Amino acid sequence: MRLQYPPNVRIIRVPCTGKVDVIHLLTAFEAGADGVFVVGCMEGDCHFMEGNLYAKKRVQRVKGILDKVGLGGGRLEMYNLSAGMGGRFAEVVKEVFNRVKELGPSPIRIAKGTAAAAAGEVATT
Amino acid sequence: MIKAKEKPLEEIINMVQDFKKLLIAGCDGCVTVCEAGGLKEVKVLASALRLYFTQLGQKVDIDETSLTRQCNKEYLEELADKMDNYDAVVSTACGCGIQFLAEMYNTKPVFPGVDTSFMGVTEERGVYAERCQGCGKCILAETGGVCPIARCSKRMLNGPCGGSDKGKCEVSPDIPCGWELIYERLKTLGQLDRFEKPIDPKDWTTSRDGGVRKIVREDVSI
Repeated sequence: MRLQYPPNVRIIRVPCTGKVDVIHLLTAFEAGADGVFVVGCMEGDCHFMEGNLYAKKRVQRVKGILDKVGLGGGRLEMYNLSAGMGGRFAEVVKEVFNRVKELGPSPIRIAKGTAAAAAGEVATT
Repeated sequence: MIKAKEKPLEEIINMVQDFKKLLIAGCDGCVTVCEAGGLKEVKVLASALRLYFTQLGQKVDIDETSLTRQCNKEYLEELADKMDNYDAVVSTACGCGIQFLAEMYNTKPVFPGVDTSFMGVTEERGVYAERCQGCGKCILAETGGVCPIARCSKRMLNGPCGGSDKGKCEVSPDIPCGWELIYERLKTLGQLDRFEKPIDPKDWTTSRDGGVRKIVREDVSI
């Protein structure tokens, strides 16, 4: 499809978003990610039955933690896309990219003085 | 097992914000089972604290560990070598573990990372319910295996009271009436005649009425 999306996004593949735990998301922010988004299968279409629903709860929990520690929950989001939604995936990346750009660099990255880290992303295969 | 819930993050931040070297110490026992204070929760708490301090531009070293149990000296001793490296400890063990840790390292500030709640069961993952109040004199044999002390809001020994409504307690419709449960269980066991024999007044000295409790077992002490 040769769809274009911002290049400073790192894709981390997991077998299912059900594998994504709270600590994985927090670690991404500790490493300096400006934003993280989790992309799971459509609700009701999880190959592992409920993996994406677990991920949804964990994302909500981490959003709460990010609010409390001063990073803001807006830096983390979850999307549900099917394998056939490549076009929408590219759109979502742009959407997240623009939102994170508006929020500015992560305070963690600023504090650490590292410019290398970019927006992180977690996606299913 | 003992059930606890994670303390609100802002409370923990408030407690530890003046320290520069922190140890978050979990417990692999009860609090791991109820997902409040095991290694996994320790890692999440440590990560959240690191994010908080880093975004403020503060350098705080936070280490993570989890002991097999914090209610036994043998396991707490594992921290002896490294305790000098820390200004304070946040323990995510139950109240017993936190206190025992503080007793053993009495010059070190120790803070609770969880709110210890009760002795209970895991009804399903994420749902924990009280089953025992540790009154020190078990009467489950007389009540069909359902404890009126833990499960009746009034701790009545001869219930139900007038507040029982369609099997629910008047305190909350979410609480099953303990005495309804006892009735149903005795009915299933064919032992409803037990209701004809009132239970004698309870000796509460084995509970908190007798002051702080202790068990001394000469036969197992070494």
